[in-house]
Amino acid sequence: MTPVIYIPGDSGALALGADKVAAAIAAELKARGIEAGIVRNGSRGAYFLEPMVEVETQAGRVAYGPVRASQVRSLFDAGFLSGGAHELALGDPEEIPFIARQTRLTFARCGVTDPFSLEDYERHGGLAGLRRAASMAPAEIVAEVTESGLRGRGGAGFPTGIKWKTVLDTGDVQKYIVCNADEGDSGTFADRMIMEGDPFVLVEGMAIAGLATGATKGFLYTRSEYPHAIAAMRRAVEIARRAKILGPDVLGSGRAFDMEVREGAGAYVCGEETALLDSLEGKRGMVRAKPPLPAHKGLFGRPTVINNVISLASVPVIMDKGAAFYRDFGMGRSRGTIPIQIAGNIKYPGLFETAFGLTLGEIVDDIGGGTATGRPVKAVQVGGPLGAYFPRALFDTPFDYEAFAAKDGLIGHAGIVVFDDSADMLKQARFAFAFCAIESCGKCTPCRVGSTRGVEVLDRLAAGIAPDSQIELVSDLCNTMKFGSLCALGGFTPYPVMSALTHFPEDFKPAPMREAAE
Amino acid sequence: MVMQSAGTGIEAQVASIVDGMKGMEGPLLPILHEVQKEFGYVPQDALPVIASGLNLSRAEVYGVVSFYHDYRKEPAGRHVLKVCQAESCQSMGSDDVAARLRQALGIDFHQTTPDGRVTLEPVYCLGMCACSPAAMLDGEVIGRIDADKVDEIVAEVRA
Repeated sequence: MTPVIYIPGDSGALALGADKVAAAIAAELKARGIEAGIVRNGSRGAYFLEPMVEVETQAGRVAYGPVRASQVRSLFDAGFLSGGAHELALGDPEEIPFIARQTRLTFARCGVTDPFSLEDYERHGGLAGLRRAASMAPAEIVAEVTESGLRGRGGAGFPTGIKWKTVLDTGDVQKYIVCNADEGDSGTFADRMIMEGDPFVLVEGMAIAGLATGATKGFLYTRSEYPHAIAAMRRAVEIARRAKILGPDVLGSGRAFDMEVREGAGAYVCGEETALLDSLEGKRGMVRAKPPLPAHKGLFGRPTVINNVISLASVPVIMDKGAAFYRDFGMGRSRGTIPIQIAGNIKYPGLFETAFGLTLGEIVDDIGGGTATGRPVKAVQVGGPLGAYFPRALFDTPFDYEAFAAKDGLIGHAGIVVFDDSADMLKQARFAFAFCAIESCGKCTPCRVGSTRGVEVLDRLAAGIAPDSQIELVSDLCNTMKFGSLCALGGFTPYPVMSALTHFPEDFKPAPMREAAE
Repeated sequence: MVMQSAGTGIEAQVASIVDGMKGMEGPLLPILHEVQKEFGYVPQDALPVIASGLNLSRAEVYGVVSFYHDYRKEPAGRHVLKVCQAESCQSMGSDDVAARLRQALGIDFHQTTPDGRVTLEPVYCLGMCACSPAAMLDGEVIGRIDADKVDEIVAEVRA
């Protein structure tokens, strides 16, 4: 048989040289006169092994990684096309511990299939969910999603089915599905990975949302910082349209749904759902006051479902395997799986999809393998720039919406960023305010003014000017921002600031005292 | 009213972009992206044309252009280097990467070298958090940047 070689086209793998590896493999194939198929798959998410090249052999897939272009010749010499032994050989990719320990529901195909092959997509279970949905009444689809216990994976954790029901129950003739793919949180890359690695699952999820609520038009809004994801989604939408998965008659259901991919313009706040809607409408990305909820008056004033990428990408498996199958994973009120993104100063960085309930310590020490620098872990920021910094003392916190809230934190979009003991938590707290100042939409005063005042207060603290009163001031300011801001940008900036201050007070002592303490 | 100022040709080009796209739902951002793709920035002369085509005031269009970090008021350098400065990259030494690049290129963030070769910008997350520190050079991502990769980047933008 003609060998098939998988070389990730995921932008994380590209950042580590996957295109150079692909070019070297193509050159080597030509030089040796070997016929082989090359598939640019997504990433399986084990970024410490990227670029990870896989070959399809008689005995199944065999992985090699991390491959550098200079090592390609030796791979051929070792007969890697038939799974030959080599120092980079990893064996069956599904048996690599980082991958084997996961429960892949949403990311089942990511890194496995050709992202732009509908045949491959269907062979691996794709479209089964949409086919089932197409045979059901809208209210039945909504009930299935509600029963699955799926909650918004963007961070707020609102039950997806309830949001859908609100839109279904409105009588408006034009409704919209909006996919929030404005993944701006540092430490998160799950949305990017699924858009690049399995874009059809998102198209399918949006189409199901359309059938469930009576919305005929969808918009996917993503970041200009994600050029590869934008290109992948546009290509997938075209293919889906040609295959009649999108269009006036979705899979012969007689119901219409089509979608467009829209690109943001570098404003973090547009990840906030109402700012995103304003941006889609062609306005400044200003946060709207709620109510009215987007489900009642959303895009162009019409009822709108706005869901995160991972929420929508989890819907096809729920519709395929049923609500009970999905709900059986997880703990407490956090049902199903969550793609945890392990990032920053970590030995084994990557995406790890698992049922809710692992402790933070298991994720960082056990799965992540501790820091990349080999130094002790000092702090872990969970949930992006608006998430709290957790010290080792809180490593027993289980990964669950409520458990993190109980520790004055949030899981957000499930990105975790690890810092070693060289981190200066006063500097991190200052950055949280500075970032809020750069990205504030300016509509509400606590966020617009508070963020700048916060930077100034922490600068005075660092300079040793009346430290006790600065700490009192910053605590008071955080309280004002938390309760007085219109959205999570101003409202959650206090999480990183106050958690740094609470858990790492030694870093907030004036410089002379900090030096004396060392 | 479309101002027809002689010589620039910008107005005519922008008018044709607006005509082709104004049927979209919420066309302003896609139009601005297209204008920036065409000219490398959003020229002042484009604003009245867009405003008139979409039945908006110039102030509204200006307000949108100035809100978003991506839209440029003047052309960038031949290369655009965006260096991630968000938390994940911070944890892996992005401050140091930025300092080395600033020094090697002799410019600060938001500046372009006097020879017009490169514009240096901070960016807050490229989704490369599993290969920090990261940067983007002319749309291509670069991960796990160390001293050697800094040298490679500098050599490439100077070439």
